[in-house]
Amino acid sequence: MTTSEETPEETDVLVIGSGFGGAIPAYHLAAGGARVRVLERGPWLSGTEFDHDFRFGSSTTRIFDFVVGDGMSVLSGNCVGGGSVVYFAAMPRAPRFVFERQGSIGRRMWPAAVTRDSLDPWYDRVVEALPVTMSDWNTATYAGGVFGAACARAGHTANPVPAAIDNALCVNCNWMMSGCRFDAKRSLLLNYLPAAVAHGAEVSPLHEVQHIARNDDGGFLVHYDVLDEVDYRVRTGQGRIRAKIVIVAAGAGATPVILRRSEPRLGALPRAVGRYFSGNGERLNTAVLNEERVGELLGLSREEGVAFRAAQIGKGPTVATWDRLDGALPEFERFSLEQLYFPPGLGTILAQVPDAQGPTWFGAEKKEMLRDWQSWLTVFTMSEDDNEGVFGPPPERGNADRLSQQMLGFGPLSYHPTANTLRGWELSDAAVREILERDGLARVMPWTNDVVGAYTVHPLSSCRIGDDPATSALDDGHQLRGHEGIFVTDGSAVPGGLTVNPALTIAALAERAVPGIVRAARERGVAVRYGAPSPDGSTSGRRATRDSVAHLVGD
Amino acid sequence: MANAPDDRQTRTMTLEAFADTIIPGEKRWPGDRAVAGISEGGGAVAAGALMLLEMPEGGMENALDDLAEALNAHADEYRERHALAEDGSVPPFVALSAEQRVALVVELTTPGHPEKELWTGLALFCNMAFDTGAHSHTVDALREGHPGLVTLGFAAPDSDGLWRFPDFSYRERLASPHPDTTPTGSPA
Repeated sequence: MTTSEETPEETDVLVIGSGFGGAIPAYHLAAGGARVRVLERGPWLSGTEFDHDFRFGSSTTRIFDFVVGDGMSVLSGNCVGGGSVVYFAAMPRAPRFVFERQGSIGRRMWPAAVTRDSLDPWYDRVVEALPVTMSDWNTATYAGGVFGAACARAGHTANPVPAAIDNALCVNCNWMMSGCRFDAKRSLLLNYLPAAVAHGAEVSPLHEVQHIARNDDGGFLVHYDVLDEVDYRVRTGQGRIRAKIVIVAAGAGATPVILRRSEPRLGALPRAVGRYFSGNGERLNTAVLNEERVGELLGLSREEGVAFRAAQIGKGPTVATWDRLDGALPEFERFSLEQLYFPPGLGTILAQVPDAQGPTWFGAEKKEMLRDWQSWLTVFTMSEDDNEGVFGPPPERGNADRLSQQMLGFGPLSYHPTANTLRGWELSDAAVREILERDGLARVMPWTNDVVGAYTVHPLSSCRIGDDPATSALDDGHQLRGHEGIFVTDGSAVPGGLTVNPALTIAALAERAVPGIVRAARERGVAVRYGAPSPDGSTSGRRATRDSVAHLVGD
Repeated sequence: MANAPDDRQTRTMTLEAFADTIIPGEKRWPGDRAVAGISEGGGAVAAGALMLLEMPEGGMENALDDLAEALNAHADEYRERHALAEDGSVPPFVALSAEQRVALVVELTTPGHPEKELWTGLALFCNMAFDTGAHSHTVDALREGHPGLVTLGFAAPDSDGLWRFPDFSYRERLASPHPDTTPTGSPA
C-alpha cells in the first residue's frame, strides 16, 4: 500500500480524468515531449471486457456512474476513456445561436474569442481524429426511421445525426452504454488515448484524486486514493504526485468537487467554481407506439405483419429534428428532439403511464405498459436550461457518497429548475406530443422528475469559461482564474446548455485549449512543443488550425 | 402475537409486499400473503427483487432490517388512521390490501415526504429487478424465463451470448433534412 509519507512521484503535467477533456490534452502534451500522467478514477476496460449483461458487477455498472443529487441526477462515465466509452457517440456541432446565448446574466455567456466560426477548425480536428462520420437513412435504426417518418408526417424536417461510429463494425446490439465490444464506437480508447500512451503518457486507472495543493515552488502536489477494482467504496492505497501543470477534467459532476475540496490548500477559488451547472436542458418522453397506426399512417413495415416492435434494436440515437434550433426564437424556447434508446432499467423506471388511473411510474398499470416495451420510442430533449445547478460542500471523498459498490451514489449537486427551464421543457413536451400523438400514432408521457429529480447524461458548466470573472471560473484559455497552472478542459468548461449532444463541443474546446496549456507549461520550464498531427498521423486538421495557434504558442 | 413470523421472515414478507406493490405479480402459491396477486405473470418478487436487495454489490443489505421495520411502522400508522382491523398473523404492511399498499407507497414516495429518498431508493431496486434481472447474468436470466425480461419481450442473444441485429433499418429516406444542415451533417 502506497502511503502519503513516501516521497511523491513527479511529472510535468498531471491530468485528472481520461475522458475528452483529459485524453486530448494528454495526447498533445505527451506527443510534444512533456512527461504526462493521467489519473482516472474508474477501471481500464477494452474490447471483450465490455459485457452484454445487466448484472451488478458487469461492465454495465463498472464503467458507469449514477449520482443522485437534490433535484438532479447525473449519469456519467467512470472508466479510462470517460464518457466516450459509455456514450452514444452522437456528434453534431452546436448551432451558431448557442454561442450568442446570454442565459440569465444579461451578457453573452461565451468568451468573445469563441464563436461557431472560431470553433469550427477545432471541431474539424476532432472529426478527423475520432473520426466522426455522416449518417444516412441506411444507418438510421428502425427507431430513428419511425421518428423521422413521424416528424415528416407532422410537417417537420429530420436529420440522421453524425456519429463517431464505424458502421462497418456495428452490429446494432444497443449495448453502447456498457462499452462497445466490437470496437465500432470510436471511443477515446481507439485514438487519443493509445496515441498518448505511445508517446509515453502514463495512465493510472482506479486512481481517484481527492485534492490539489500548491507547493512553495509554484507547482502542485496532487493527492489521490487507489480504489478497489470491485468495490469502489474501498480505498486500497494513496499517494501524491508533484506536477508543474494540472489539468482538471474529471467531468462536470466531479471537477468542481475536487477544486472545492482543494480550496483550503490552493487559496480562494473563483465564485463560479461549482455554480452555473447545466444539465443541458435534458428531458425525456416515452411514446408507446400503436403498431397498427405505424403501418397505416407511416407506411412502415420491417417484416411481414410487424410495423415496428424494434425498441431493442439499434445504436442509441440516429435521427433528430432540428426545427426548433432557430436563432430567431427567444432564448429558452429552442431545443432539439432526438430519438434515443436507453436499456431497460435506466430507460424504463422513470417512464410514466399515459392516462394512468393510479401511480404513473410503478404499479399494475406500469407493468402493463412494460408489456409493450418493444413498441416504445424514447424521445430526448436537449434545451436551454438556466444554469441553475449549485454544488454544496464536497463529500468526504470522491464526488459522491457511494451507496453501491459501483455506479450508485449521492452527490452534493442541487438543481431547482427556473421558470425559463420549465418553459423549455413544457414546449418540448408539447412538440413531442404534436409529432407522435397525431391521429393516434402513439401515447406520450414525459419521464417523472419526482423520483430522482431531473436527470442529465450531459453535465456541463460547473466551472465555465467566460470573459466575466463574476460568472465564469476560467478565462478564455481555460485557466482557473487566480490559479496559474491549473486548467479545466472538460464539460464543466462549457458555458451553458448546447441544445444538442455536447461531446464534440467539449472535445473541440479541449483541442482549442491545448496550445495555451503548452505555452503555460513552457513558461514553467517544461520542454514541450505544440504541433502533433491527428492521433493516426493525419494532418489536414492541423493545417486548418495552424494560423489560429501561432499567437497562442508564441513561436 | 400468536404464531407471529420470526424477524427474518417478517423482513422478507414485508419487502416482498413492497416489491409486489412496485411491480405486482401473481401469487406463488395459494395463500401467498406477501404477493397480492393482482397481476398476471410474475412481478418484482418473482423477478428476484429480494435477491437484488440482498446482493452485497447493491449496498442495500445492511439497511433492509431498518427499512422493513420502518415500513411496518408506517403501515401500523396507516391502519390506525383509516380505522382498519388489525391482522397479527402477518407483518402490518403485508396485512394491507393491494390498494392500501399502493396508497401508502404513493404517500411515502411523494416529493416533500421526509423519507422520500429511502422509499424511492427501495422502489428503484424493485423496478431494476423486474426490468433487468440485475441479480443474475442476463443470458442466464433469459434462459430461465426471467419474468421481467419476458414481459418486456427482451430478445434472446446469439448462441455466443451476444446480441446482434443484422436487420436494423427501414433503409429508406423518411424525412427531409433541415434546410440549414452543413455539408458535414450538423446544424448550421
